[in-house]
Parts: sequence; structure tokens; C-alpha cells
Amino acid sequence: MTNARCLLWSLPTLLFTASVNASSSMPLNMTKGVTEISQQVYQLHMTIFWICCAIGAVVFGIMFWSIIRHRKARGVQPASFHESTKIEILWTAIPVVILIVMAIPATNTLIAMDDTTDADVTVLVTGSQWKWHYKYLDHEVEYFSLLATPREQISNKLAKGENYLLEVDRPLVIPTGKKVRFLMTSDDVIHSWWVPAFAIKKDANPGFINEAWTRVDEPGLYRGQCAELCGKDHGFMPIVVIAKTPEDYQAWVTQEETRIATAKAAERELLAMNMSMEELMSTGERVYQGWCVACHQIAGTGLPGIFPPLKGSQLILTDRAAHIDILVNGKPGTAMQAFGQQLSLKELAAVITYTRNAFDNNTGDTVQAADVFAVQQGKGE
Amino acid sequence: MSAISSEHDDHAHDHKPSGIKRWLFTTNHKDIGSMYLIFALLMFFLGGAMAMVIRLELFQPGMQFVEPQFFNQMTTVHGLIMVFGAVMPAFTGLANWMIPIMIGAPDMALPRMNNWSFWILPFAFLILILSLFMPGGGPSFGWTFYAPLSTTYSNDSTALFVFAIHIMGISSIMGAINVIVTIWNMRAPGMTWMKMPLFVWTWFITAFLLIMVMPVLATVVTMVLTDKYFGTSFFDAAGGGDPVLFQHIFWFFGHPEVYIMILPAFGIVSAIIPTFARKRLFGYASMVYATASIAILSFLVWAHHMFTTGMPVFATLFFMYATMLIAVPTGVKVFNWVATMWRGAMTFEVPMMFALAFIVLFTIGGFSGLMLAITPADFQYHDTYFVVAHFHYVLVTGAVFSIIAAAYYWLPKWTGYMYDERLGQMHFWCSLISVNLLFFPMHFVGLAGMPRRIPDYALQFADFNAFISVGGFLFGLSQLIFVWVVVKCARGGEKATAQVWEGAEGLEWEIPSPAPYHTFETPPVIK
Repeated sequence: MTNARCLLWSLPTLLFTASVNASSSMPLNMTKGVTEISQQVYQLHMTIFWICCAIGAVVFGIMFWSIIRHRKARGVQPASFHESTKIEILWTAIPVVILIVMAIPATNTLIAMDDTTDADVTVLVTGSQWKWHYKYLDHEVEYFSLLATPREQISNKLAKGENYLLEVDRPLVIPTGKKVRFLMTSDDVIHSWWVPAFAIKKDANPGFINEAWTRVDEPGLYRGQCAELCGKDHGFMPIVVIAKTPEDYQAWVTQEETRIATAKAAERELLAMNMSMEELMSTGERVYQGWCVACHQIAGTGLPGIFPPLKGSQLILTDRAAHIDILVNGKPGTAMQAFGQQLSLKELAAVITYTRNAFDNNTGDTVQAADVFAVQQGKGE
Repeated sequence: MSAISSEHDDHAHDHKPSGIKRWLFTTNHKDIGSMYLIFALLMFFLGGAMAMVIRLELFQPGMQFVEPQFFNQMTTVHGLIMVFGAVMPAFTGLANWMIPIMIGAPDMALPRMNNWSFWILPFAFLILILSLFMPGGGPSFGWTFYAPLSTTYSNDSTALFVFAIHIMGISSIMGAINVIVTIWNMRAPGMTWMKMPLFVWTWFITAFLLIMVMPVLATVVTMVLTDKYFGTSFFDAAGGGDPVLFQHIFWFFGHPEVYIMILPAFGIVSAIIPTFARKRLFGYASMVYATASIAILSFLVWAHHMFTTGMPVFATLFFMYATMLIAVPTGVKVFNWVATMWRGAMTFEVPMMFALAFIVLFTIGGFSGLMLAITPADFQYHDTYFVVAHFHYVLVTGAVFSIIAAAYYWLPKWTGYMYDERLGQMHFWCSLISVNLLFFPMHFVGLAGMPRRIPDYALQFADFNAFISVGGFLFGLSQLIFVWVVVKCARGGEKATAQVWEGAEGLEWEIPSPAPYHTFETPPVIK
């Protein structure tokens, strides 16, 4: 038993040193965050943690005292008491009092978190497999935000970057010092938008809208992740939020509005143009790798039983119109989304052309922006 | 033949079919109990093997061994097998073996149904496991199968999953009915309600929870099935349904379900602690009332699994208060166990060691549960490894440790031989250390922000995950010692006495070891 006892005592020490040495970069506690609410949440967390520690110290203390002192090996005789109404009432009442003391600040924080009125800025956050879409309701600004970590890093072909799996192509931008309201919804399954620094975690439910709010005082960059299992690439849909001063934010909004307007104008010009097969194929490959590989896989093979293959697909090989239609309008009741809302005409034309000619499909034809536009307008071939 | 003694008469009854027929057609509660326990052990290793796959993939950042889709199947089926295949059948096995003996009954009240409730189980799990080999693999939506991930966005293995869950549910309901009818009708004369051992009481209450919530589970899987295949829209907003409705129904089953997996554990610990402390259980009546309170409260707290779904704030407050309230009766139980030990004369055989570890580690799981009840903080904990740590503390070091404790405690009664104490102690210490290396660091990983159910993670979590995986492999290996102990004990060893443990009290310790094939054909007299 001496050896065994040594092991028992060394366990907490072992765990403690391990937790300190194992990682120099990982925080060991919940973040305090950068908002008034997140600080309150942190305080609640620490209060209940210390209460638990105190109760644990008393209960385990008595228990281990008893284990050491009241053992048969010491020649003790067991006592015969086995009930006491007084003590039962006491140890029912004390926890009730502790819980009431704990419930009061928790209630106050919860009610404060629920108050989404009088927001200065409202952003509609839409989750879909496996990306976030941000739409600023007060401006003509909306865009998708995708994982920016290259697939080669995930499959260990390239060294992993510092922000591996926590980086996106286009972060959400919000102003500091303003009350920002988030409306959460989803296009397919349930996702959950979580930014620990704001203490916001809210489910994005398809067909319903949830609300949350924050007010960030300091400019900075904050990272989060999807928190609700949403299918295969649940682990690969991060969130990045940049808080800018109101001036910088306004400048960013103007810049984004211009960018989006320019892109729309370019789209219209594109309708009259014929792009070459080479241009379509190279753009198409890039779009495919960004938007399609998660389901249809790099070689177009899909995942049997879940995501259909594109390689040798009868729809692609025999029905060009249906091919354009499924990209633009999606296929209701399946994971195939309506990409007509998500990609530009050029990107759609390119990726359709790419999938018609890659993976030995070799149909030899191209699809132009005008073809896609016609389907979008309901005037398909 | 009238001249033969009653003793010979007993032996005459021992004739039973030999070989496979004995096990297929048996209506004997001891045989069925043994089959449940062996089945649970097999499932524990199968579910454990899946956990090893999970820990292997999470050993390092990046995808190394499996694809994300398969990873999701592993987390899903690991959960389903451990809940429905390991923990619940193990408790049912213990109930079958011990309840009739503890109340002085000759067998379970409905022995043929008892045979059925066991024998449909292997088929349920066969279906579930075979679904992994379908095109697109098995269920991959988490053991909680939230719609619409499990409806519109799942593959056809969902149909098999639903069918398997139905069979498991039928098995559980039949088992629960049997327990209730047995306890209600077959107690020996003098075995009044408030004289029943706590294991019988906790199982009695558990059985009521089972017959109340398993039909709810059956309902919700059927709704998933009709949404997926028959065009209903229970969980689809486009057809007037609501995906959050799924979660309300599922957790109305799911929360009582977690108490189904812990109340019998309370009964086991309440049997073991007094035996090895050589002192009567402190506050027997309050233990019964606390168990009943927990069972009633378990129907009022389901939405604490759903704080982030966007419920109205007053609903959220109600569920927060109700959840915090559960700490009170649970606390009473822990205090009663400590008071039982106080001024006892303790020895520390393996069942006692596991029971003591249960009290400490289950309480740690209870503390993190209390933290999770604080809704604003739950927004940060929810769906992170903090939750994974929490429910593994209550289910592994809680439910599973109690089952292991029970196995060591009653093995001599089942086999007639003492288990190898040295090996048992080795099993205990290896399990205790590795299980904490495995689950304790998960608290930190979760607080630092790692979501659960992800196959790959940010670099800051790498060292902790490697550490956790090593703990996981060690815990898995440690359980092989348990198999060794059980097999060794079944094959022979030091003969066990009827009482087995010096401080043991109760009817099961008044019959010989091993327990004869038929016990209490004439009811014992309870003083």
C-alpha cells in the first residue's frame, strides 16, 4: 500500500506540472474577454469555481481525515450512529443558501445579455455547410467568410501556420464603442456562432432568427469557431472578427460598398464576353478547391452514400442545362446549396466548365457567364 | 421419490439444458444477469476501441488516420454504444442478478419477457454496427442526432440507426417493467418498502424513469424517420416545423436518461461503503427521498442542454434555477456517504477503492455540472471539451466505476471464488491514474476554447491533446487487467464464504457462494 499511496499523492502534482509545462501558449482558464458582459461572465465562472473548491476542500477533507483515522488497521471500533434529522436539515439548507447567492448575479448578467434593443449596427449572420455569411443590414455590404487555411496544411503536406484552422479569407468587421446586434440563422443544419472574447455563443437555426449583441471597446482581432456539430467539416468553419474604431470602420464600409458595386458592374460587362477554355478551367479549378472539394472531393469522386460523384456523372455528361441549374438553384432536400447566391457569374461559369471537363468528364464544351445569367433569370436553355 | 430430502429436490431443479440452449432459452435471472454483464463488457471494449480511434486522430493536429466523416461516425457510435450498450445493460445485468436475491424472491416476476429483453439487444447492436459498412458509413450526427443533420442531411444508415434505437428502447422498457413488477409484488414477507436495500430502491425509481422516457425516445426517432422518408416536417421550418422542437423532445428523454445511468450507481455505492466501513448507512430514509427528488427534478431541467438555442430569457432562468436545485439532493447523498465513513472501521478492498474514487470523482463531475448550470458561464462552456470532461467524470468515473465496484463486490457471490486482490488493486490504481490523465486536462482545453466533436484543432491545443490521448490509451489498456481478474476469478481461486465480506449485511450474503441456480424458493423470513 505504501507504493500505491505514493502514487496517489504524486497524482495531483503530476497533473499540475503537466498542465503548466504542456503548453506555453494555451491559456489554462476561461478568457476574460473584451466586453463588459464577458468580464461579468468570467467573474461568475470564477465565483462558482471557488465555491466548488471550498465545498470540495471541506467534504474531501472530512472524507480523507476519516479514511486516515477511522481505518480498521488502527484497531478502531465502528460507531453505531446512523441518522440525525438536525444534520440532514443543516446540509440541505446550507447548499440552498449558497445557490441563491449564486443565482442572483447570474440572473442579472443573463438579463443584460438578453437586451438586444437600441443597437447601432446590425449584422445578419448566416451559417451554412461550412462557412459563414455576413450581411450588414444598414449598408449594401454582404459577403461569405471561408476557412483560409490551405488544405495541404490540414493533410500535413505543408507546415502548419500560426493561426492554423482559425483564419478566414474575409473577417467580420465591427466598430468599437458601438452596440452591435447579431441576428443568427442558417441555410441548412444548425450551426453555432461562438466568439469567446465577446462571451457570445448562439445557435444559428434554419428557418429561425436568434439575437445576440456586443459592445467592444478596444480595437483588435478576435477568433472563434462553430460550436455545434454541423456535419463533416464542422471543425473547419472558423470565425474572425476585427473591431475597428468608428472612423476606420466607416472607411472600411465605404471601401466594401465600392468593391461590391464594382464587382457587380464587372459581372454585367462579363455577359457580353466569351472566356477562353484555359481561363475558365484555371479559375474553375480555384473555385472548385475553395467551395466544392469538402463534399465532392479533390478528384470529383464524392463520398459514396453521402455526396454524389461528379466524375462520370450522368447529369453532367448528358444534361448541360440541369448542370447549370443545380449549381445556381441547388437541390432542395440535400446538402447541395444554391450557389447562385454565393458565387459570381464568372466563378459559376468557370466552375461548371471545370467540372464538365475535369475528372475525365471531357465534354469539351464551355459554359459562359451569360448561360448562367439566363438560368438565374429563369430563362434557361 | 417422496423419500428424497428437500436438499436433493433443490438439486433436481438444477437440471437445465446444456450448451447454447441453456443460454438461448434460459428464464433464470442469474443466467440472464450474467449474459447482460458479459454483453455490456464486450460493448464497453467495442465502444472503447472507437474512443481509441478518436484519441489517435486527435493525438496531433492535422488529419492523419481517418477522414472527418469517419471521425464523426466514431464519436456518434462510441456514444451510442457506451450509453445503450455498456452502461445501461450492465446496470440491468446487476438488477437481474441482485434484485430478486436482495428482496428474497425466487426469480424476476416475468422470466420469459426477461429472456426476450436480453436477446433482442445483440441484434440491435448488430444492426447499428453493420450500418457503419453502408455506403457513406454509419450515423455521423452525434449520439444526440440533432435534426436536420440527422434528417435531410444524413445518409440511409439513419433508417438502421432508428430501427436499432427502437429495439434498444423496447428492451429497456421490458427490463424496467420487470424490475417494477418484481419489486412491487415479490418482496419476501417482512421486506417492507423502507427495509429494501438502497440498490433496490434506486433501481425501482430508475425503472419508472425508464418507462416514462424511453417512449419519448422512440417518438423522437420515429419523427426523424418520417421527416427523412415520409415527407413530414416536424423539424423543418419550411414545412411549419422547428429544429429546436427536436432538441426539446430529445432532452426530455435525454436528461432523465443521464439519471437512469447514475441512480443505480448511487445504490451500489450505498451498499459498498457501509460494508467496508462496518457501519450502517447514514440517513437511509433521506437517501430514498433524495433519490426520488432527483428523479422528479430530472423532468424539469432538460433545457439546460439547450441554453444557446435562443429560448426566451424567462424559460432560461427557470431551467437555470431548477438545474441548480439538483445539487441539493445530490449533495445530501455525498454528505451521507461521508457521514457513513465517519468513525467507521474501514478496510480498503478493491470494491471500496472504486467506491471511494467514485465519491471523489463523481463529485468533481457534479461541481463542473453546477458550473454548467450558471447560464451566462454555460455560454462559454457549452459544446467545448469542458462539457466532455464533465460528462465523462460523471459517466466513466461515476457510472462505470460504480459498475466495476459492483462487479468486484459481488464476483465472489457469483463465482464462489475470491478475485485476485493484488491484481484488482493494480487494476484500480492504473484506472484511477490514467482516467484522470485522460479527462482532467479536458477541463483546461475546454476553458481555453476547444469545441467538442472536431477532428482537428488549432495548434495551441496540441500538447494537451497529445497528453490526453496517452491517458486514453493507458486507461484502455488498464481495463484489460479487469478482464484478466474476472476470467481468473471465474476459473477458480480461494473459496468464498457465504458472507464474503466481514461487514456485509443483506439477504445476498446469507445464501451460499456461488449462489445456487435457484434461490429463495420458499421466502426467507425478514425480521
